[in-house]
Formats: sequence, C-alpha cells, structure tokens
Amino acid sequence: MKITVDGLEDLTRGAAFLGTGGGGDPYIGGLIARHAIEKHGPPEVIDVMDVPDDAWLYIIAGMGAPTVMIEKGLSVEAASLAVEKLESHIGHKAHAILPVEMGGLNSLVPVALAAMRGLPVVDADGMGRAFPEIHMVTYHVYGVSTTPMVIANEHHDFCLIEAANGKRAEEMGRALAIQMGLNVMLSAYPMTGAQAKQTAIRGTLSLACHIGRAIAEGRRTGEPTEALLAYLRTTPYYNHCAVMFEGKIIDLQRETTRGFSIGRCTLAALNGSSSRMEFTFQNENLLARVDGKIKAIVPDLICVVDQDTAEPITTEALRYGQRVKVIGTSVAPSMRTPEALEVFGPKGFGIDEPFRPIEELF
Amino acid sequence: MHVGVDVGGTNTDAVIIDGDSVLAWIKTPTTADVSSGIVTALSAVLSDSKVSTDAITGVMIGTTHFTNAFVEGKRLLKVGVLRIGLPAGRDLPPMIDWPARLKEAVNGHCAMVHGGNEFDGREISPLNEKEILQAARDMRAKGLKAIAISSIFSLINPKMEERAEEIIRNELPDARITLSSSIGRIGLIERENAAIMNASLADLSVQVVSSFRQALRTLDIKAPFYVSQNDGTLMSADFVERYPVLTFASGPTNSMRGAAFLSGVKTALVADIGGTTTDIGMLSGGIPRESSVTVDIGGVRTNFRMPDILAIGLGGGSIVREDGDITVGPDSVGFRLTEESLIFGGKTATASDIAVAAGHADFGDASLVASLDSAYVRRASDAIHTKLEEGVDRMKTSAEPVPLILVGGGAVLISQDIAGASQVIRPDYSSVANAIGAAIAHIGGEVDKVVAYEEQGRDAALSGVKAEAVARAASAGADPHTIEITDVEEIPLSYIPGGAVRVRVRAEGALLHA
Repeated sequence: MKITVDGLEDLTRGAAFLGTGGGGDPYIGGLIARHAIEKHGPPEVIDVMDVPDDAWLYIIAGMGAPTVMIEKGLSVEAASLAVEKLESHIGHKAHAILPVEMGGLNSLVPVALAAMRGLPVVDADGMGRAFPEIHMVTYHVYGVSTTPMVIANEHHDFCLIEAANGKRAEEMGRALAIQMGLNVMLSAYPMTGAQAKQTAIRGTLSLACHIGRAIAEGRRTGEPTEALLAYLRTTPYYNHCAVMFEGKIIDLQRETTRGFSIGRCTLAALNGSSSRMEFTFQNENLLARVDGKIKAIVPDLICVVDQDTAEPITTEALRYGQRVKVIGTSVAPSMRTPEALEVFGPKGFGIDEPFRPIEELF
Repeated sequence: MHVGVDVGGTNTDAVIIDGDSVLAWIKTPTTADVSSGIVTALSAVLSDSKVSTDAITGVMIGTTHFTNAFVEGKRLLKVGVLRIGLPAGRDLPPMIDWPARLKEAVNGHCAMVHGGNEFDGREISPLNEKEILQAARDMRAKGLKAIAISSIFSLINPKMEERAEEIIRNELPDARITLSSSIGRIGLIERENAAIMNASLADLSVQVVSSFRQALRTLDIKAPFYVSQNDGTLMSADFVERYPVLTFASGPTNSMRGAAFLSGVKTALVADIGGTTTDIGMLSGGIPRESSVTVDIGGVRTNFRMPDILAIGLGGGSIVREDGDITVGPDSVGFRLTEESLIFGGKTATASDIAVAAGHADFGDASLVASLDSAYVRRASDAIHTKLEEGVDRMKTSAEPVPLILVGGGAVLISQDIAGASQVIRPDYSSVANAIGAAIAHIGGEVDKVVAYEEQGRDAALSGVKAEAVARAASAGADPHTIEITDVEEIPLSYIPGGAVRVRVRAEGALLHA
C-alpha cells in the first residue's frame, strides 16, 4: 500500500477522528503531505513485523502552538534535519519513518517526511490516538528511551537533548521550542525494528485511512456513522465501539490553563428523554458520563462527530446547539496495562476515577 | 435620507429610508450591465416617494457581483503572488489548496522570499530586498498587473509587506497591489488567499464601481455612495475599488441587520426564507453572530468575517412528497415555481401550494389547490413548521426562547407559533430586508493582533487595541462621536508563555455626513 494524494483526504479525516477532539487540526498537515507527495511521489507503507530486528526507525512530530502553526506552516525540511541529526548521533540510517501519534496533525508529518526522504512509513504508532505530551506513548511505557532527542526548526537550527527521563525531556523541549519559534520538529525515541515490534501499536496508519474511507463511503448511502462502526468492529483493537449518546450541546465551558484547553461539555438527548451526557476534555476528550454514570474513560476513545455527516469535531470547534453523536471505542491492550495507565490513564490527567474498559461500561 | 440598493444575481432591490421609516421600495430584475438595473430601481423609488435627489445624503449598495465573478472564475486577472517568510512556509507554497480551475485562472507567478516575523515580533529572517526585486522583474516580464503580497505574522508587524510594496511599485508603477495585512486575519494561508482573490478582482472592481457611479450620475444624485462589506459595515467607493473581496457574503448580513431595523428587535433569530433555502442566523445586539469556522468560497479557504448562517432546504419552491410520512424539500422547483407548482397549473406539489391551500397566502390560482385533502394540507403544513423549528433550535445560543423574525418572500409559509421562539415577528417590507440592511449600515473598523498581557497588563493592552479599532473606523468615515466597540474577542494562545493573547476588536459608528 502507498499513501497517494487521493488517499490523503481519508487519512486526514481518520486522523481527526482518532484525535478524540485534540491533536491539532490536520488541515495544514494534509497540505504539506500533499505537497511532498506531489513533489517526491507516494511513500510505501510497511508492516512493523516486516522491519528487520536490527534496522533503525525514527519518529517525527511537530511541537508548538497552533496559532503559530497557522502562520508559519510546518517545515518538512526541519523534520528531515531532526531525523538526519539523530541518525548521525546514533550512527545508523533510517530504515523507515515511524509515526508516534496517529491522531490529528502529527499523523501527517511522518507521511510528508517519508515521501521527501523516499523512505517507507511504518503502519504503526505509539498510541493509536492523540495525547498532549511527549512521554504519553507506548514507546516510553515499554522502555524505549525518549532521548536522545533532536529539535530542529526551519532555520536549520537544531539541538540534541539527553535527559534523565521523558518528563524532563518534555519540559526542556518546550522551553527550547519557545526560543526556536514555537513551531519546531522533534525526533525522539530512536529504536530498532525489534523494539518497535514490542512497543508499537500495529496497523494504525491503515486504520486511520480506513476510518476516513468508511465515513466517506457511508455518506454515499446516507449512513456514515453506521459505516464507521461496522468498520471498527472488524478491527482488532477498536472493535468494542458504540454511539454512547446522540444529542444537542446545551452547555459548554472552557478555559485555557497551563497551555491546555480544558473544559466540559453537556449534551441533551434528542429523543425527548431527560437523559444528559457530560464529557470533559484537556485538549483531548477524557471522560464521558451519561446521567452521572461513566461510559468511557481515557485512554479509551471518546470521539464527537456531526450527527448527519459523521465529520469529526475537535474540542475547539464545539459549539452550543450542535447536533452530535459521541462514539466510544476500545483501544489496544498494550494501552490498558497497569504501566500504561500509570502514564496516560485517568491518573495521568488528574482524574480521580479508576480506568474501566469501555466494553464493561456499555 | 438614505437609499439602499441590493444588486443580486436575479433581482435589484431599492429602498428609500428617512430615519426609521421606509418611504418607498421596489424589486426589479438585475441587468447585465448592472448600471441600467440600478437606474430603473432608483428612478422608481425616487418617483414613488417624490424625494428630490438633493435630499439624499448617502447611497448604500450591497452586491453579490464580486462573489459570483470569483466563484465562476470569470473576468479575473492573473495575479503575481509574493510571499515573505522564508525559510518558514517553504512546504506550503501559495495557492496549494486552490481548485485547479481557479488556480489556472488566477495564478500568474508565485515567489517566496526571505523575511517575515515570529509571533513575538522578532524577524524570521531579514527582509531580502534583492529577492523581491527579482520577483518584481519576473512579474513584469510576465505582464502581470495585479500583485498580492503576504508575510508571516504581518498582522503583528506589517512593515515588510509595506517595504515590498514600495520595491514592486518602483518596478511596476501601474500595478494594483494588495497587502494581506490590510484585509485579513491571523492564518497565513487564508489571509494570503484573500489577498490573491482581491488582486484578481482589481479590474472588475474598477468597472463595477464606475457603473455604480454612472448610474448615480444618470439620475443626478450627488450624494456619496458606499458598498456593504461582509460584516455589514460600509466602505467608501474608493475603498471598494481597492478591496472588492470585502464585499463577499455581505448579503446574509444585510438581510439580518435589515430584519433588526424593521422589527425593532435587536436580539433575535432571523430566518430569511427564499425559494429554495432558508438562511437562519442569530442577531445579538443588532449584530449577526459571526461564524467561527473557515469559509470556502468557490473551494478556496478563507477566514473572512462571515455571519454564522445555517442554510436549510426549505423555501417556497420546496417539493412536498407523501410516502407514509410527508417530507418537504430539500429539493426545490426553484425559479420554475411559476410553471411547475400546482397553483400555477403545474404538476408538482410545493410548499407554496400548501400555504395557499391552507389559506395563509394568496398568490397563483387558489382554485387549483382547493381539492387537496384538508388533513394532507395540515400534515404538510406541520412538516414545514417542524423543519423550521429544527433549524431554529440548532442556531439558538441558549435554551431560553428568543424572538424569531421572518423575512424573505417565503415568510408566508409560516403561519403558526414556532417551538423555541418566544414570538414570531413578520415585519413590513421584509421582502427587501437586504436593501434596508444596506441603507442603515454603519462604518466599521477591525483590528486582529497578538498582544502580551504580562508585559502591558490586560487593561492597557486591551485599550490600546480598542483605540486602534476606533481610529480605523474614524479614518474609514465614521462619525467619531458615535463610534462604539461592538465586539471584543480574546483568545489565549496555548503553549505560548508571557500571557500572549490574540485580541480581535471591532468598532462601528454612524456615517459622518459632510
């Protein structure tokens, strides 16, 4: 399989769905991927199981502020530089580019870089969704070191960071990003094929493409949400899925604290019942309750889509009066282990509730 | 006394307004040359109202002409695009997201040069004047006369765009140059797209403004004329020649502001019911609520000031079908209403037929629908009302009931109360709400920039931006004594330290009469 210009629309929409409300608007990411593919040709997608154990894989992600990104765009050159500097530090060339976040904007950056470098892109990532911080990833949970990490910008400035742990790497990275223009590319978690096979979540790039395609095809028959759910049920990790609530947004509170967009959204049922859903978010959607009872909790997916078109809606685009469906899905088993939940389970977001798998909450 | 004119694709409407009263109004067909249609409409309202042309203090024109020309890709100039900001933005070249057809029609030459600013005002690179000079010469060699200049974060500092304009002007003295900082908002691609669109309309804007001028000269009207922009405020004739793109989507805004004027209600929902669709919007303090999402025009992404409008498939021509349940629309017989609907002897049941059969409207031949089953007519009428109720519910900003103002030719479809509306208001002259909205419009000024609250303090920073918006409105021709701040939006920037906040302020004031 290759990611072609025609396939980008599906990938972009699927990435917005897996963004669970956050991850950044994939629009600009889709544009730079398109530009790179038009210029260099479509990149090959490979299964992580087909990567030789001793081959090296490099991740790439954008880091910065959305307002800066909509002015400065994203630099594939900076992405290339970050990986190149990490390659020479490690002493091994990249066999392929490995996605880190298959949700929102950062789903597209590896595709653009793979096209530019003429490398394959691995059909896997480290979360199968979006998360706000660098250490919230299975690579970190299962023992791949966050550093060495390189941060680069469009000026060809770069900085190599070694840190004692992932959290410190994140803090240093943010401080640097500000000085470097708040729109930087970072490559971290350099790893071998063997490490990737143990830690990555398999099949998530093609998953995003198929999600986008299912929604698009469903629109032709008038049932996009049903088409999406029918597809998800055939997948190994996202098979426990359902529309948890269908309703109208009747209340929305949000504030920006410590750089995060934090808030709470309340929906009223459309079928005349007095039932209510409330979900909370910190960039991504975290916890959904119906009439006070928990229906889904992070890291399981809570995705808001338009009632008619199943177009994914980010937390920034939520508005009073919107008619939406809220879909919940399970995630990969490696996202739900005690050590994973320690990092990006409810506790990682300051939520005082235990994690319970969505299939037990239906 | 003000004259309002709405030049639409189909009709040209005109009204004369004295203070709060409408003296005369007319609807006439739009003509290919624009000018003669305006002359017809203006002559009619002048003679109806017996107002002398000397008593007119301003002529306000709303038009869809530029929007239509752009979407159709007709009469557009090829544009030379200069983007300042390298090495940033290299992977997002200008016009990357344009549909092929429009790109073909508009793309004359694209150059990217070094320069631009960071979010905090630092330079990305020093401005490379040699590169600009080269670009200007390339554009001259290609015979381009319309130029668009964009620069990264030019809303924080427009100096690089201004310097580039000087350099290009030196090489191409007759060029029509649009700076992105003079028309757009934050978001480089969208702001640059707006600048390119504007440049492509440079010839057409001169022609259209001159045909407006000619129409007024024909009638010996000496009052200045103004054109509506997308937020419902006015710009002078000179300004629209330079910034035709700012007229995009002024129609729905004018109709909503006209509805507020006619009803005297400032906070309400407005439903403009036409032949095919109903546009529903929310007025707050007399001003339409703005859309928060990007708007595609002919497939090109922009971030103009557009009202937040929900279009639903309900209008006078909506087709009524019975298949167990009764459905209305979303398809419509459109302008063929007078051939295809039952009341005009056709064979298709439309929403208008239901309104006439129910006795709520009187046009066409009522005897042709007299035989319709009364239970069917009642159910179909309920279906029409339910459809509007759903749209109203979607557009409300809170659960509280609000007044609903009905305008447009299709307002006769609605005869009952609407759930969620505290009252349903049907003002007089509602079929020319567009032209009325133009006639009563104010002069506006907007500023959109990033400021640091931690450095200046919130109050000082906000009042600085407000003062800038007021100064812009005054320089655009507003009476300084009447200028008010109509909108303040503060968006804290995530991940940026120093309390950086994007602030958008809008001010408006009444037209200053010389």
